[in-house]
Amino acid sequence: MENLAGWASEASAHAASVDRLMLAFTLMMVALSVPVFVLMAVFAVKYRRGRTANRAHPVNRNVWLEVSWAIVPFLLTVVFFVWATKLFADLYDPPADAIAIDVVAKQWMWKFQHPGGQREINELHVPAGEPVKLTMASEDVIHSLYIPALRLKQDVVPGRYTSMWFTADRPGTYKLTCAEFCGVDHSVMGGSFIVMTPAAYERWLGQSQVDDTLAAAGAVLFRERGCSGCHGPGATVHAPPLTGLYGRPVPLEGGGVVTADDQYIRDSILLPQSQIAAGYPHIMPTFQNVLSEEEVLQLVAYIKSLRSGSPEGMRQ
Amino acid sequence: MTMDNALERRPNPDDLNDRGLSETQDERVSYLRAGHTLRSWLLTTDHKRIAILYLISVTLFFFIGGAAAALVRADLLTPQADLLTNEGYNRAFTLHGVIMVWFFLIPSIPNTFGNFLIPLMIGARDLAFPRLNLLSWYIYMLGGLFTVFVLIAGGVDTGWTFYTPLSSMFSNGHVVMVAVAVFVVGFSSILTGLNFIVTVHKLRAPGMSWGRLRLFVWAHYATSLILVLATPVLSVTLALVAAERLFGLGIFDPKLGGDPLLFQHLFWFYSHPAVYIMVLPALGVVSELVAASARKPVFGYRFIAGSSIAIAIIGFLVWGHHMFVAGQSMYASAVFSFLSLAVAVPSGIKVYNWTATLYKGHIELDPPFFFAASFIGLFVVGGLTGLVLAMLAVDVHLHDTYFVVAHFHYIMVGGTVSAYFGALHFWWPKMSGRIYPRIWGRLAAIFIFLGFNLTFFPQFILGYLGMPRRYHVYDPSFQVLHVLSSAGASILGVAYLMPFTYLFWSMRYGAPAGPNPWDVRGLEWTVPSPPPKHNFEEIPVVTGPPYDYPLEREGDQGEAGDAAEGNAAEGNAGSRA
Ligand code: HEC
Ligand code: HEM
Ligand SMILES: [Cu+2]
Ligand SMILES: [Cu+2]
Repeated sequence: MENLAGWASEASAHAASVDRLMLAFTLMMVALSVPVFVLMAVFAVKYRRGRTANRAHPVNRNVWLEVSWAIVPFLLTVVFFVWATKLFADLYDPPADAIAIDVVAKQWMWKFQHPGGQREINELHVPAGEPVKLTMASEDVIHSLYIPALRLKQDVVPGRYTSMWFTADRPGTYKLTCAEFCGVDHSVMGGSFIVMTPAAYERWLGQSQVDDTLAAAGAVLFRERGCSGCHGPGATVHAPPLTGLYGRPVPLEGGGVVTADDQYIRDSILLPQSQIAAGYPHIMPTFQNVLSEEEVLQLVAYIKSLRSGSPEGMRQ
Repeated sequence: MTMDNALERRPNPDDLNDRGLSETQDERVSYLRAGHTLRSWLLTTDHKRIAILYLISVTLFFFIGGAAAALVRADLLTPQADLLTNEGYNRAFTLHGVIMVWFFLIPSIPNTFGNFLIPLMIGARDLAFPRLNLLSWYIYMLGGLFTVFVLIAGGVDTGWTFYTPLSSMFSNGHVVMVAVAVFVVGFSSILTGLNFIVTVHKLRAPGMSWGRLRLFVWAHYATSLILVLATPVLSVTLALVAAERLFGLGIFDPKLGGDPLLFQHLFWFYSHPAVYIMVLPALGVVSELVAASARKPVFGYRFIAGSSIAIAIIGFLVWGHHMFVAGQSMYASAVFSFLSLAVAVPSGIKVYNWTATLYKGHIELDPPFFFAASFIGLFVVGGLTGLVLAMLAVDVHLHDTYFVVAHFHYIMVGGTVSAYFGALHFWWPKMSGRIYPRIWGRLAAIFIFLGFNLTFFPQFILGYLGMPRRYHVYDPSFQVLHVLSSAGASILGVAYLMPFTYLFWSMRYGAPAGPNPWDVRGLEWTVPSPPPKHNFEEIPVVTGPPYDYPLEREGDQGEAGDAAEGNAAEGNAGSRA
């Protein structure tokens, strides 16, 4: 039974908050339901057929009683709604300085890429006390990354990026599983979530075999896959420069403006015809079925790294 | 008691083997004896006979689905994959879900008890479209047998939820065939829903105003609205999945330019209302059982009737609570969460109303009361844990874990199946004309209640600890709870079989029931048991409210107990012509 710690311990402050909420709600459930059970039993005995009891009914209904058993539970649930929604809203608000780790799910394994280029399968190492943001993509069907000790899960949906962030603060080894049914080996698509002290995490990063940082791997792809032929300096076709693109508003052909976030860059590479940057020809080919989700994530990391002023990717 | 009088009418009460002689006069002219050939059953348009056809076939599917569940529970006794392969396990739980949802839960109460009782309760001789009613049964059987055929052919492994793109592009089971079977059985639901709606509008007896309808009828009316409005959405969705799978049309798979979440929206737009298809008729049954057990008017009749309709409508607006972690917008999730919490309030109030109905009643501890009480207990747990899941931050943790499995089993098995058995025990004397031994009924109810809790309560804990659902291989530290659950399931399995022994026994050896064996009010208790082919010799004229049991007013405390005994025996005086 001690293995349950990998599932049930509270590895973050958020996990502790969820447990507190659950405890308070359980108390409310008991308060609302136990009277029903007790009264039913009491009435069944007291008003058994044939038994003499006072069965006289007042002529007027007790309106206040009826109104109060509608209003009181309702108000109580509203309190819990506000509490739970507040905690949930925090999950949509990652700190800007969170460590960005990429996750790619496929039948039936989890792949992780750290910003420095370290990669792992079915294991995720993170430093304690530092916010971490996962950007997740699926190669095939829907999966769901579930870390019970954080009380967090998020579906990983093909065709889009989803994300999840947390600050784990208790070093230890916890469970990491797939929660969305994804086919034959769904139940074995899991592994470990390892929270380390920041120093140990640094050591772990240093020991892991690395070819390149994510952005550098993306830069290589950018050349090899021919992106630079159109987007690079000295290109002959009319294609938008990608420097400083990340986070900027992009006017689209046919009106409308979108912010260039991870999802937009991904769609530009895989589904270029869905959103065309205003003023450019429709010549960008699709890289669907050419690039894997991991490679796309590397390209995204590279394009994100192209801040204004850096030389690569400039044209004209 | 009436039961004893009826017994006296038996020509030779001691000779239990002499079935012919023991046949009562009422039985000779009943719907059960109106034609003895198989053909007279298979081509019948009598709503009561069709109800019996449904009773037999729905119960059969309950046991097929139960067999799959037994396989799943047996496999989960150990954390490793031993009894089944991973693939085999996935097929077993998919089969269980598909059969239980579409071939048992949805048709269970409406198509058997609704069919049998709605005409009797509103004072009609049949449903509005008797032939359509028979057609609906044939469509149901066609879909059901097709599913069994697919099962023999190898089955599917997508789960009853058919999430895309797993179902449309990746799974290698017979997805299209199962989709066809569910598509077909949908028409049976639609036809039955239409039939009930028209019947309630058009065939009410003189004086049976809307305010005098029984709560059972109100619940079925609300259910029928959902059946007619929601089922087509499911049919279209399944057709789209089949189109993507067969012809590669890009609808749900992003590789083909589709959107996988579109499927979830469409599916839950049907399936959340569908959970009310499963539970509203049960709520109707329980209102009847509680009023009959307490021999008192239902407390808050208008509220309970209205809340059935309100639930049917609001039930269409909460589907997004199945998608809180699917990638839907935060604001959408907040709205769906709020509406889900709000829709629970009317259901909760019904429970308080039932409790208040028992207050100062004349409660007989008969089997129907036991089933009603276990329904209420389990439904309360199921409903409150539904609230847990509707709270956003908590659902992020509990979604797709065993907690969800426990929640919906408390409602659908603890609730709907208890109500199904409660209805069977309450109206059995009316349907068969015979009384079964009450002690066995009470024991069955108690065993079902205990077995159920032992099976499903541990699953709440498993879920909160983080065990995901649909897991064949699991962490050994969860084994103790799984073994408890499987042990409970074996008690439950035996308990579900118990009623079949004594109910069959009663058909031959039970005492004749007489028209009103429970001493309760309602039009169906004014006709003989079993009812004659055309229900009412003369269409009744209704002059009073439903549940017009006498209420002791202030001042007559002294004789309260006896007064009620006397009054109740007079039967449904108010609604007689
Ligand atoms: C044949 C020339 C060509 C190639 C090769 C090409 N692109 Fe493009 N790309 C374009 C053009 C033209 C546009 C602007 C029109 C549009 O939005 O489709 C564009 C748009 C983009 C955008 C959106 C930029 C904005 O300002 O909105 C991104 C991001 C992008 N490309 C990335 C890439 C990457 C990464 C590769 C290599 C995998 C690549 N492109 C290969 C021509 C090309
Ligand atoms: C009291 C009101 C109810 C509320 C607030 C409620 C809430 C919920 C929520 C939020 C979920 C999704 C959980 C998740 O997947 O994360 C859920 C699942 C479910 N509920 Fe309820 N529920 C209620 C009543 C019912 C009723 C009446 C039924 C059936 C008769 C029912 C059957 C189900 C089923 C079948 C599922 C799981 C579906 C699946 O994923 O397979 N619920 N409920
Ligand atoms: Cu999975
Ligand atoms: Cu729902």
